[in-house]
Amino acid sequence: MEHDNNHRPHSFISLRGIEKSFAGKPVLRGIDLEVMEGETMVVLGGSGEGKSVLLRHINGLERPDAGEVYADGKRLNGLSEDELFPIRRDIAMVFQLGALFDSLTVFGNLSYPIREHGERDETRIRNRVRAVLEMVELKEEVAQQFPSELSGGMQKRVALARALALEPKAVLYDEPTTGLDPLVTHKINLLIRNLQTRLGFTSVVVTHDLKSAFVVGDRFALLDHGRIRFSGTAEEVRSTKDELMREFIEAAL
Amino acid sequence: MLERLYLFLDQLGQIGILTRDFFRYLFRRPFEARALIEQLDNVGYRSLNVVNLTAIFSGMVLALQMGQFLEQFGAKIYVSRIMGLSLLREMGPVLAALMIAARVGAGFSAELGTMKVTEQIDAIRALGSSPIKKLVVPRVLATIIMMPILAAVADAIGLVGGWVISITQLGVSGDYFYKSLVQHVALGDFTSGLGKSIFFGYLIGIIACFKGLNASGGADGVGRATTSAVVAASISVLISDFFLTKFFLAI
Repeated sequence: MEHDNNHRPHSFISLRGIEKSFAGKPVLRGIDLEVMEGETMVVLGGSGEGKSVLLRHINGLERPDAGEVYADGKRLNGLSEDELFPIRRDIAMVFQLGALFDSLTVFGNLSYPIREHGERDETRIRNRVRAVLEMVELKEEVAQQFPSELSGGMQKRVALARALALEPKAVLYDEPTTGLDPLVTHKINLLIRNLQTRLGFTSVVVTHDLKSAFVVGDRFALLDHGRIRFSGTAEEVRSTKDELMREFIEAAL
Repeated sequence: MLERLYLFLDQLGQIGILTRDFFRYLFRRPFEARALIEQLDNVGYRSLNVVNLTAIFSGMVLALQMGQFLEQFGAKIYVSRIMGLSLLREMGPVLAALMIAARVGAGFSAELGTMKVTEQIDAIRALGSSPIKKLVVPRVLATIIMMPILAAVADAIGLVGGWVISITQLGVSGDYFYKSLVQHVALGDFTSGLGKSIFFGYLIGIIACFKGLNASGGADGVGRATTSAVVAASISVLISDFFLTKFFLAI
């Protein structure tokens, strides 16, 4: 990432000492994580380590038991759902299995956030839908289909398009390639990478797939037992002496 | 034991919070008119068949039983009075509510439960709107509006069933059945039933939505949410009926 000299890269998302438990079971035990503006941070970790829970704190879907969440310079703690409204416009989320509304067509899904955020002009809505479909390399005809009629890869693309509909400053991805075959996985990863470099938004990707992580990520963090155990660049990941990180790499390659 | 009591009170509190949110979003613009109309159709119009069937057979069986019982005292002619009171005050509203608890309660909780476990509820929040406003308000409002209407339909159809049986099986003339009915059944009997129906509608809607929104863990979880929604809604109807009757008898 390039930055001019008098403009130091600053943190866009900042988690400080996040603790969260469910039904008395601690999931996050003090997460500290900084994500710089414009970079792609990948949070790695095994299944059930609370990666999704961590991600859901960043747009306020979960509230921490302790610790502080900052995003785009705003403190999220204690904000009501109404107060989170503008923040969620700027920080979009791609859900694990897409979470597309199955009662709506693709057009309905893509226009949903645009309408919710106050756009009434039908031409502008149609243009925006067309634009985001093009970004994710889908044909316009897809707009009339229902999510259940699409393949897994296409559903992922629609989910991605829906997240981009409001021109977010940051996108959160929850296991973006779960359930896809290796070929489609690779295509989706490349798409994510391309969109990021083209549009320049900040990203946080949560995944257990190290291969995907290396395609999309700038920096990496390893979640273990509710704490960030290791974080660094791709080089640092490859040369680390951290045992768990090494195991993770060996298992993946 | 104590833990279950705690769990019960906890759920009661959460339903209270959902109720507060329901009223908070009820008057907030823009109104979800289309969603409301869809739900009015779903809850009201499409429930007519099941409510009608329930009502006509209940009315007929009530007339048969009452007729046979009253005949022992030579009081068969009172059949329409007794039918009017029991149907309008209790059986019409309660039977309609139980059928709606089953049909609509199961539908709401299964639909919202599926949306919950596939993260569609979270997606609504993440995309900047409220699942309460989008999903809960139109559904609960539709049951509150439709429940008294369906109860009135059940009253009418049930009486028709009783009227038919009185003529054909009990030998009470249709004319007398009608006259005795309007003479002895007051408007208050009818409106107290409808008044209770409004509460039944609220209970069914809010409980079914609550169970759906709190489903967890895949198809299994949706199944459990649906079962417990129907059970909880039906029991709440019957228990609240007792207390509402106490209340309506007092005024």
